[in-house]
Amino acid sequence: MPHPVTPLLEVRDLGVVFPVGGGWRPKKLHALAGVSFAVDRGEILAVVGESGSGKSTIGRAVTRLVEPTSGSVLLEGVDVHAAEPRGPSRSYRRRVQMIFQDPFGSLNPVHTAGHHVIRPLRIHGKSSKETARRDAAALLDLVGLRPGADFLDKHPFALSGGQRQRVAIARALATEPDILVADEPTSMLDVSIRMDVLRLLDRLRRERNLAVLLITHDLAAARYLSDRILVMYGGQLMEEVPSKELAGTARHPYTKLLVAAAPRPNADIHAALPARSGLPQNIEPLPGCPFIERCYDGAAICSQPLTVSQLGPNHRLRCHIHGDPR
Amino acid sequence: MTEPALDIRSLTVGYQTEAGPLIAVHDVTVAVAPGEILGLVGESGSGKSTLIRGMLRLLGPPGVVVRGSVKLAGRELMDLDEEGLRQRRWSEVSLVPQSALNALNPLLTVAEQITDTLQAHGAVTTAAALARAVELLTLVGLDPVNLHSYPHQLSGGMRQRVALGLAMALDPPLVVMDEPTTALDVVVEREILQRILTLQAERGFAMVFVTHDVSLLLEFATRIGVLYAGRMVELGPVQRFRDGGAHPYTQGLLGAIPPAIDEQREPSSIPGSPPSLADPPTGCPFHPRCDKGRATCRVTVPESTHLDGEHEAACHIL
Repeated sequence: MPHPVTPLLEVRDLGVVFPVGGGWRPKKLHALAGVSFAVDRGEILAVVGESGSGKSTIGRAVTRLVEPTSGSVLLEGVDVHAAEPRGPSRSYRRRVQMIFQDPFGSLNPVHTAGHHVIRPLRIHGKSSKETARRDAAALLDLVGLRPGADFLDKHPFALSGGQRQRVAIARALATEPDILVADEPTSMLDVSIRMDVLRLLDRLRRERNLAVLLITHDLAAARYLSDRILVMYGGQLMEEVPSKELAGTARHPYTKLLVAAAPRPNADIHAALPARSGLPQNIEPLPGCPFIERCYDGAAICSQPLTVSQLGPNHRLRCHIHGDPR
Repeated sequence: MTEPALDIRSLTVGYQTEAGPLIAVHDVTVAVAPGEILGLVGESGSGKSTLIRGMLRLLGPPGVVVRGSVKLAGRELMDLDEEGLRQRRWSEVSLVPQSALNALNPLLTVAEQITDTLQAHGAVTTAAALARAVELLTLVGLDPVNLHSYPHQLSGGMRQRVALGLAMALDPPLVVMDEPTTALDVVVEREILQRILTLQAERGFAMVFVTHDVSLLLEFATRIGVLYAGRMVELGPVQRFRDGGAHPYTQGLLGAIPPAIDEQREPSSIPGSPPSLADPPTGCPFHPRCDKGRATCRVTVPESTHLDGEHEAACHIL
């Protein structure tokens, strides 16, 4: 890993296996296999990929909503599963917070915006009974619901999608987390307000030195906002690239496919895509590259297990064909 | 000028509620020439789905078409009875919906859905209809081995291809696409889009393509119409939109797209959120979010005015 000092969060060789199907011998769905990455304070790390790529499972494993089958998650160098084997402690949950895709489902309809923010403030001892309302109003202010005091007593039904997502962000910030996992935070929002929410995340990482794990299918948004991009396919990391160098640096055929499939106003829409569409074989997968079925560059070696090549400070690749240093 | 494939005049569509009618689409006038691709873009609540459901008379109660006229190749759709509508559907206009899972009958195989449609519109033998179904699947890039699959056995992209094949079945001169690729992964979306555009170029049908994603339309539409709060706030050739648009809302919407992979641009955002249908602002529906507003914007709804040639916008400051 390129980190000389202990990173805030490090994930090593993470594997998550779900049993699927019933019967005597349920099959194994490999949602994640051998995923490693690190993220530091003040950084935005984007995780991109299509459905079934395992990007959401990364977020759920980091927040300990699912327990990994193999590998480890280290928070400031401490293996969190070894330290807290029976489940995440309150302190871990305080430090690692999550916002979800659907702001209509993630807020309780019978409670006010204020309740959603005051509860974590009180549970995690951030506010006294007397100051909780004031602190909650300040948090709502911070996420752009101004004046915050006016939003405290509003119920979710009285808020727009964008406003609800801001309440969800304020709730996550209430615990003063170190890491914010944002799973498709804008995909349910209207186009005209998406950029506002993304910029809020950007401001928070700068002002609060927050590490953000941005899980998204939107490569353009990921490139604009993040420092590095992890490209996932079939539960495996295909490539890690510095976001600003995405177009020039990316080597993996899957990364190139995602780049080619993203909308570009001046591109030729009929230009042939560099690989096929398809779904990864996550259930009882064969060893070797999961992308093999869709890749035009595949060769016999691609059915052999993959290793990671470090091609640059923040550039890692898992590909048999394109991994040679140039 | 040749007869337009679709001619919508002053179409107003609403919903009956206990508190009285709620107007979701106000006075929309737009025509689509044969072979043209009209892109319609709008956010949630902009009325884009109500508009196409209203214009195709697919809107069930409490939805009602309040007034207006819709002509398909010169023939009025609004005064047809159910039988007249049934005859026109699929043969003169077809619809590709957003979620083919909900649009396809879960109890019928792909073959049955297609042969049903073919046989409802003409005396076709089952063998001939099946042969045509195979042809259609090949046309939309789906392996004919899927002919006897049920919708739930297909992936989202495959179902969307079936819906596209159905829309092509009777070779209609107009195809309406309601967010046909929104629920799909980006790569599948791109493949289906390419297929749609190839079919459109080969067969020359006119197309209305509805989406919330204006960046998609910039790539292939002939003209773009922007809907906001149920009104067509801007309509013009695609190049006007590539140049940034005229209406402040269009400009904001285009600015809010994250910069493309090969683009260096700082995105902007529009403050506030789209208005509620039940409680629309007075005057121009965009004035609470507009930074160029004048006093009159708060009072009077702007009329659509021609800027140049085919380009029109509804804004007081233009």
